[in-house]
Amino acid sequence: MRLTADTGLCVGAGQCVLTDPAVFDQDDDGIVALLTDQPEGDAANRAVTAVAVCPSQAITIIEG
Amino acid sequence: MTEFSTVDYPAVRSCPFAEPVEHTRLREQQPITKVPLTGGGEAWWVARHAEGRAILADARFSKDRSRPNYPMPGFDEAMRKQFRMQPPSMNSMDGSAHAAERRAVLGEFTVKRLTALRPRIQKIVDERIDAMLAAETRPLDLVPTLSLPVPSLVISELLGVPYSDHEFFESRTMTMVSGNSSAEGRSNAMKELTGYLGELVLEKASEPCDDLLSRLIERRRQEGDLDLQALLGMAFLLLGAGHETTANMISLGVIALLEHPAQLAMIKADPGRTPAAVEELLRYCTIVDLGGTRVATEDVAIGGVTIPADDGVIVSLLSANRDPEPFPNADALDIDRGGRHHLAFGFGPHQCLGQNLARLELQIVFDTLFRRIPALRLAVPMNEIPFKSDAPIFYGAYSLPVTW
Repeated sequence: MRLTADTGLCVGAGQCVLTDPAVFDQDDDGIVALLTDQPEGDAANRAVTAVAVCPSQAITIIEG
Repeated sequence: MTEFSTVDYPAVRSCPFAEPVEHTRLREQQPITKVPLTGGGEAWWVARHAEGRAILADARFSKDRSRPNYPMPGFDEAMRKQFRMQPPSMNSMDGSAHAAERRAVLGEFTVKRLTALRPRIQKIVDERIDAMLAAETRPLDLVPTLSLPVPSLVISELLGVPYSDHEFFESRTMTMVSGNSSAEGRSNAMKELTGYLGELVLEKASEPCDDLLSRLIERRRQEGDLDLQALLGMAFLLLGAGHETTANMISLGVIALLEHPAQLAMIKADPGRTPAAVEELLRYCTIVDLGGTRVATEDVAIGGVTIPADDGVIVSLLSANRDPEPFPNADALDIDRGGRHHLAFGFGPHQCLGQNLARLELQIVFDTLFRRIPALRLAVPMNEIPFKSDAPIFYGAYSLPVTW
């Protein structure tokens, strides 16, 4: 799996960080920052949840 | 008009934790349809989770309250005028203007920043529970002893509003959102609160402290864009949204847990399950049913209908959260359902800015309250609790007698 995050779309709700703080972080201004763009195993499953709960569709799975 | 137009929307919750039967019927039979609104006017009622979520994320729907058909159900004409006179804030902005305002304060609400507040919030909650345990008489009312002071203390410290003024700002906020205030009372409350916060913003501008409002003023100054009216709008929004909402969720959450002892026992036995319980309580209670009001800015085809430009739209957050499609057996409280896709905080760019502060406060309150007072129970039957069925904005309980 490969992820991409659009910092322009992000509204800083922090839902992704709640889902998996090992993959998703927020910068000092609250905007999404990926700690890895290739989560594996359970982290990949959690990334699917993060994509679903993100209110601004800022996170996209670009490779299955 | 629809065959259901014998009632105005939103209908009233007849059972404290059930959605009105009229809402269920609409979701099953006419999931997007125009309805008459309590207090006058009409709007498209969006009943299902899927379309609701899509609309809230769609930039073709505006949150600008000054648009003529902006839905304000439960508000009479005088209240609509007053509501529009509130200091303008990001809550009624769209697109890049909204994003710029939101981004100016986002950094204050990151998960990391809020996690650092945990010890302070824990101390606030412990002190309130110390006071409950020291009270000489029971039953006592949980609203003024715990539900209201906890979020009120937290938001006033974060913003830099003196907590010593809490009776002033809590009562003015209460008057503005209560179902039984007069138009004049609401108008005066808004003027007084606006005047108070206007002076506070001026004070912070001349003598900055270590708080959110001072930091926001400094940031705007550095950007060369110090707009005191915009700061007042932000202060007004954050103060009101920061205490009255969480207070209602604390009261309703306590009642719901006490009414579901098996689920309460699960979080007592394992506080690691509390975050999931809080998520489910947010869905189950949905204290802001009408957080999803919008106006279409162009014709939008959705769910088999076309919503014409300039029509008002209400995404019913309560109805979306009771939709059995995403939430099987939706009327049941089930802390294990994994229902994080609820819309209790809205969806899209306006999704609640303070949601993670609310989550943190709720987790700490429920864990600490039931650990320190394990025998806590309602002091009256649930049907004697005065629920805010008449309040146009926030659902909750006016008072909550408890004992142990």
